[in-house]
Amino acid sequence: MSLTPPAPAERSPVALHERAVADLRFIRQTMEGTAAFTTLSGAGLVVIGLSALAAGAVAGRAPGATWLGVWVAEAVLAVAVGVLTTAWKTRTARLPLLAGPLRKFGLALGAPLLVGTVLTIALARAGFHAVLPGAWLMLYGSGLLAGGAFSIRLVPVMGACFLGLGVATTLAPAALGSPALLVGFGGLHVVFGLLVARGHGG
Amino acid sequence: MAEPARRRARERAAAPAAAPRKARGAAHRDLDALLHHRLRLGLVSALAAADSLSFNDLKGLLDISDGNLSVHARKLEEAGYVTCTKTFENRRPRTDYRLTAAGRQALGRYLSHMEAIIRAAKDTLGR
Repeated sequence: MSLTPPAPAERSPVALHERAVADLRFIRQTMEGTAAFTTLSGAGLVVIGLSALAAGAVAGRAPGATWLGVWVAEAVLAVAVGVLTTAWKTRTARLPLLAGPLRKFGLALGAPLLVGTVLTIALARAGFHAVLPGAWLMLYGSGLLAGGAFSIRLVPVMGACFLGLGVATTLAPAALGSPALLVGFGGLHVVFGLLVARGHGG
Repeated sequence: MAEPARRRARERAAAPAAAPRKARGAAHRDLDALLHHRLRLGLVSALAAADSLSFNDLKGLLDISDGNLSVHARKLEEAGYVTCTKTFENRRPRTDYRLTAAGRQALGRYLSHMEAIIRAAKDTLGR
């Protein structure tokens, strides 16, 4: 490799340096972006959706202590499935699990999930179980929308669907809360999981 | 160099592919012309980070049209930097791209060249 000495005018080393820095940044961003594209597991989303449908069948329609317990257990299971299937797909693609966009996605999704956990405790204590389905759907949708900036386009679209469903659920009669959870955490996950699996593998 | 002229020179050098070849100077003589194009550089970088990527993956990742991706992927394929595999998945055609050893080496050379330019600039500015 040969580099000529810096020359005046257009051959300014500052200009070349800036172009080189921009190229290196572009390469790094592209490689990091690739990690986010290839590691979201469509199969994992489908499994989460199916487990949510099963949880909905077990929990029943009337919000209460048992209903809450089942849905909290389902949330823990869904997080575990999501992390494990992402780790599996990341390893299959020979990519680092904590690559930049994946880490940012986790942080963006993690904050609303934490808020959801605290709100669940507070609202359940106060006996406001009927408010929970809408709040869960809206918070999860917000997290997906924010995290979707670092992932494939389907993710923010899925987030928008969850957010819209959450808003509708919050404004609708309380009796529609449990069916909305089935449609959202069950149906939307299965549909988007199949779309991700078809378009981006596993 | 006067500030406006310096700014123009910087903008020319920073503009991807649009900068006139002549203006880039002799330091670019050894640059891989194929990889100097921003889109092809993106293609190779993406493939360097994954075992293989489908046509749809690359299209979404780089936010480009089908035609643009086909043209530039073919140029890389002709240069031996990537391989293209066409298969059927559920009766739907699927195209997968993979970086070859030559492509990985070319990206490595390009990265080394960029780093050398940065080092040279730092040395010059440090004098």
